[in-house]
Amino acid sequence: MLLGRYQPFEWIVASRFLREGRLQSLFIMFGVAIGVAVIVFMSALLQGLQNNLVTRVLTAQPHIQILPSKEKVRVQYGQDDALHAAQIQAPLQRLKSIDQWPAVLTLLRAMPEVSVASPAVAGSTFIMRGAASRALNLTAVDLALYQHIMNLREKVVAGQARLGASDILIGIELAADLGVRVGDKLLVQSPTGVSNHFMIAGILDLGSKGANQRSGFVSLHSGQSLLGYPGGVTSIDVTVRDVYAAEVVAQRIQMQTQLQADSWIKTNAQFFSAVKSQSLANTAIRFFVGLSVAFGIASVLVVSVVQRSKEIGILRAMGISRGQVMRVFLLQGGLLGLGGAVIGCALGILALQLWLQMARTPEGTAMFAVTIDMVMLAEALALATLTGLLAALAPAVRAARLDPVVAIRG
Amino acid sequence: MTEPRTPRQEAKTIVQLSQVRKSFNVGEPTEVEVLHGIDLVLRAGEFAAVMGPSGSGKSTLLNIVGLLDRPTQGQLQITGLETTTLDDAALTQLRGHSIGFVFQYHHLIGAFSALENVMLPMVGMQGYPTAAIEQRALALMDSVGLSKWRDTPATRLSGGQQQRVAVARALIMQPALLLADEPTGNLDTKSADAVFELFRQVNREHGTAVLLVTHNPALAARCDRTIQVVDGRVSA
Repeated sequence: MLLGRYQPFEWIVASRFLREGRLQSLFIMFGVAIGVAVIVFMSALLQGLQNNLVTRVLTAQPHIQILPSKEKVRVQYGQDDALHAAQIQAPLQRLKSIDQWPAVLTLLRAMPEVSVASPAVAGSTFIMRGAASRALNLTAVDLALYQHIMNLREKVVAGQARLGASDILIGIELAADLGVRVGDKLLVQSPTGVSNHFMIAGILDLGSKGANQRSGFVSLHSGQSLLGYPGGVTSIDVTVRDVYAAEVVAQRIQMQTQLQADSWIKTNAQFFSAVKSQSLANTAIRFFVGLSVAFGIASVLVVSVVQRSKEIGILRAMGISRGQVMRVFLLQGGLLGLGGAVIGCALGILALQLWLQMARTPEGTAMFAVTIDMVMLAEALALATLTGLLAALAPAVRAARLDPVVAIRG
Repeated sequence: MTEPRTPRQEAKTIVQLSQVRKSFNVGEPTEVEVLHGIDLVLRAGEFAAVMGPSGSGKSTLLNIVGLLDRPTQGQLQITGLETTTLDDAALTQLRGHSIGFVFQYHHLIGAFSALENVMLPMVGMQGYPTAAIEQRALALMDSVGLSKWRDTPATRLSGGQQQRVAVARALIMQPALLLADEPTGNLDTKSADAVFELFRQVNREHGTAVLLVTHNPALAARCDRTIQVVDGRVSA
């Protein structure tokens, strides 16, 4: 096969050297491929698992919840600034409405990071049906907005997600405890003694037994009058565009509104720390796999430089510059990295498909969604090529520095 | 060394060494001087043999003239250009354009075919292969009588064939100077004769100056001139 027209000299020599040492090239390429396959498989799996966990956490709660600021004790000072109380008792936190909440809502909706802000009234109530009664955490919402915070339509197992003035949605366990069905009527009573009759519009499965036993949803207006907050709201639930930036956005909201803003990251600190640890472990695995790939390529090229020292000497005697010799070996490293990465990506995707086929729930559905991220594959290709180039640096410099006289003499 | 006055003296000077010394392990207790002030002139069209016992400094002299090694002291001009002040990149460039090498062990690159080996120096200098380079290499393969073996991997050729490919490779850049370090040392008489005739032909047809290191007095006798190197000194 004759030299390809207009192919760079370095490319021609590097590819021929790799082809000539076929077995050596194949072995190291396969080594790189296994490393890249592990990275692709692990990253996709961990990302899928992480997304699944985060989605599960966030489908049951808002990204940020805005609450009235906590009540504080105002310490009274005398004229001489002496402290008159020896002990300060923490104040009781009463449920109260957010002051000027429509203005806060307008401010939140103007923030580019915020996608939806939904006002809500929440409080503890009793739900009664005949002689049976149960405690109920009642949340009153504007369903059209709240749908973007928690997708209630997806959670309906009977009836429909509808919140008219006398509609109520309750958890599936609560419905079973009270022996009610869609269309039945219930009495809900607030701690202050205000009560109202509601008709069950839908029964929900909220994902946990506790939530299914105690949760109920009514329309915002119904909740305001029942819980004693006419025209007021006790919280504003917010979704943000980047869930991992929720804490930063919450802090900004707190600064601007002087209200309490709790992000899901803050309220699920342990969970978030576990997610972060998982990401850290993934990064560590990637780093060490990358390192072993780099050492593999470097060791093969070091041997290649020794084996080819005579040929390098001859090339130098022909007038081939040190730079050209260096580029020949750098290219070999890059090609080994790229070739290995292409095979590795294919192996990783194959392993993922096999895993998806094998790891299934008893119902036969996938345990969680695993998507093959094209950006991650492109990153793996680029990183493996770069690793190959970097690994080839030391052997390439060594080759370029070879004294042609010594090299030819062998 | 005093050069005899011949009509060749009018020809262009290709190599000029003035008081060239070469030491190894400079500054160390094991420092040793292998060339002791060599003066030598080689002109275009000259065909000179370099003879001398093993260890006399012949190969060191050839490496210095071929710009593969630098003299410790003295001046070296190649095609009129003073080389002792040049950096590595400039020396490489000059070597590639002006000097062709043929070694005792032919040293073809095994990953390439015979024709590709011939093309390689020019491809390296130009950066990429072209049809013109291929044509030139084919003509050279023809002139060394190997056009039939153009696509044969270099390692599958016989010793004599490989050496002829090495000669063709050394000539592709049309160098002013051809350096050969015992090019027939490993060949049978017939192949050695063929290779020597090839050198002679190039020398006559293109006026290429040839410096040929050999231990063979019969071969040296067929050259225009013999340079004797003994204990690092030239005695013509």
